[in-house]
Amino acid sequence: MSEPLTLITGRTRKQAIGMHKGKDSPEYREATALVEMNPEDMARLNIEDGGQALLRTAEGEIELTAHAGTLPVGLVFVPMGTLVNTLIGTETLGTGMPSFKGQTVDITPVGQTEGAS
Amino acid sequence: MSTVVENVACPFCGCLCDDLTVEAEGTEITKVRLACSSGQGIFKDYDPRPRRPLIDGREVEWDEAVAEAAKILSAADSPLIYGLSSSASEAQRKAVALADRIGAVIDSTSSVCHGPTGLAMQAVGEPTCTLGEVRDRADLLVFWGCNPDASHLRHFPRFSLTAKGALTPNGRSDRTVYVVDVRPTGSSKKADHFLQVDIGTDFEVLTTLRLLVRGMEPSVDTVGGVPVTQLKELALRMKSCRYGVAFMGMGLTMASARQLNVAELFTLVAELNEFAKFSVIPMRGHGNVTGADQVLTWTSGYPFAVSFARGYPQFGPGEFTAVDMLARRAADAAVIIASDPGAHFPAAAAAHLKRIPTIVLDHGPSVVAAHARVLFPTAAYGVDAAGTAYRMDNVPIPLTKVISTGRFTDEEILDRIIEAVA
Repeated sequence: MSEPLTLITGRTRKQAIGMHKGKDSPEYREATALVEMNPEDMARLNIEDGGQALLRTAEGEIELTAHAGTLPVGLVFVPMGTLVNTLIGTETLGTGMPSFKGQTVDITPVGQTEGAS
Repeated sequence: MSTVVENVACPFCGCLCDDLTVEAEGTEITKVRLACSSGQGIFKDYDPRPRRPLIDGREVEWDEAVAEAAKILSAADSPLIYGLSSSASEAQRKAVALADRIGAVIDSTSSVCHGPTGLAMQAVGEPTCTLGEVRDRADLLVFWGCNPDASHLRHFPRFSLTAKGALTPNGRSDRTVYVVDVRPTGSSKKADHFLQVDIGTDFEVLTTLRLLVRGMEPSVDTVGGVPVTQLKELALRMKSCRYGVAFMGMGLTMASARQLNVAELFTLVAELNEFAKFSVIPMRGHGNVTGADQVLTWTSGYPFAVSFARGYPQFGPGEFTAVDMLARRAADAAVIIASDPGAHFPAAAAAHLKRIPTIVLDHGPSVVAAHARVLFPTAAYGVDAAGTAYRMDNVPIPLTKVISTGRFTDEEILDRIIEAVA
């Protein structure tokens, strides 16, 4: 059973390097097709380190490779980019800024245990 | 022919590190010294080959592309001009002139990075300083909702954490460093103190700090997951430092409360000046996103989200910001300059850019360029074009032309489009 978590997105070193190679490059894909999670959340949701996870919001869904990270329980991080933006809504609360940090997301295991998508 | 160009500014991020040495063989950049891993790619991954403009993917002459762009813009009822942050301020001025000429909405990538910072600045002001002052004087640094270790890789050694200056001759050991964030990061590992706040509680934590600085006692033990004892210690350090500087980032602007978070931090910093010298600097992302704010403000009075539809500038965050314009399908044509909203906007907003004719000016491939009605492959400022960019502390830095490719600049193309729509 999935449980809602809070999604934040942001810059990583590998994302920036991949961006220069091109957004259709393997480097960019590898740098942005991942979700970092707290190990307790991963255990509760039966998601293995290195396994595939399905992230779903009201806006859309994507499959990413899950990695155990140093995030607090309930918070997940995905590098900024084309993939994660399928999950981000267009509401800006009158500011122009979408909720790139703080959107609720459901995460479920996909069943694969290794390899990038 | 081999060339070596010294004191080159890297146009990638808001640090605009201007101490690089770039070596080239003809138009091929062979070596870049001192650039970080993010900056190296700007030069080394640059494709210097001359390219012709495209209309719907078909190579055309420059005159034909300019005419097609002018035709699209002349027919549009609600054109949007967006991007600007990886262009030079000379071109940004032309973009505003084009918006004025055709009655367009103009917005920069500020609206999806520090737009809320601009709103806070308008509301409460911004007590700020230059990065040189940080390097020379600051003995207390507070990084709030930002991670320079991933986003601005030479900020720590050049300007802040370990930089040595007139009153900080020992660099790191002359400074106390705090990181406030919702998760541990590479930056928090390098700090003396890390305060981990619950997401969405920055405003409450900042308000509590304002209380503590004024000597008031909160009636709770923790705020936003942070023990009040730790906040008391930070408030005391803030009041007793010689020169404090807060750096803030997307952790404040993208989370709930957005500009209210930033205004609370700016107000705290202003109030701290009753006790110590204290400043704040937003960690600006793209190389010349600060310049976009500067140019739009000095030409229209507003930093982003400006509409010229009525013949005079109107400011409308939430209305004239690009994500809102596209999500509402309010734009019927777009000029995208040196940015990639196709990759960096929410998918539903980016999708509208495939429904409307787009005119893209960019020096390299991008998601939005792949679907452009008219694509102008321009020069990259700081690589094969000279220009001016504004560092994150609003200091203008000259960008160097390190190789000559003969490509047109954004400024030259915009000039031709302005002439053609007249």
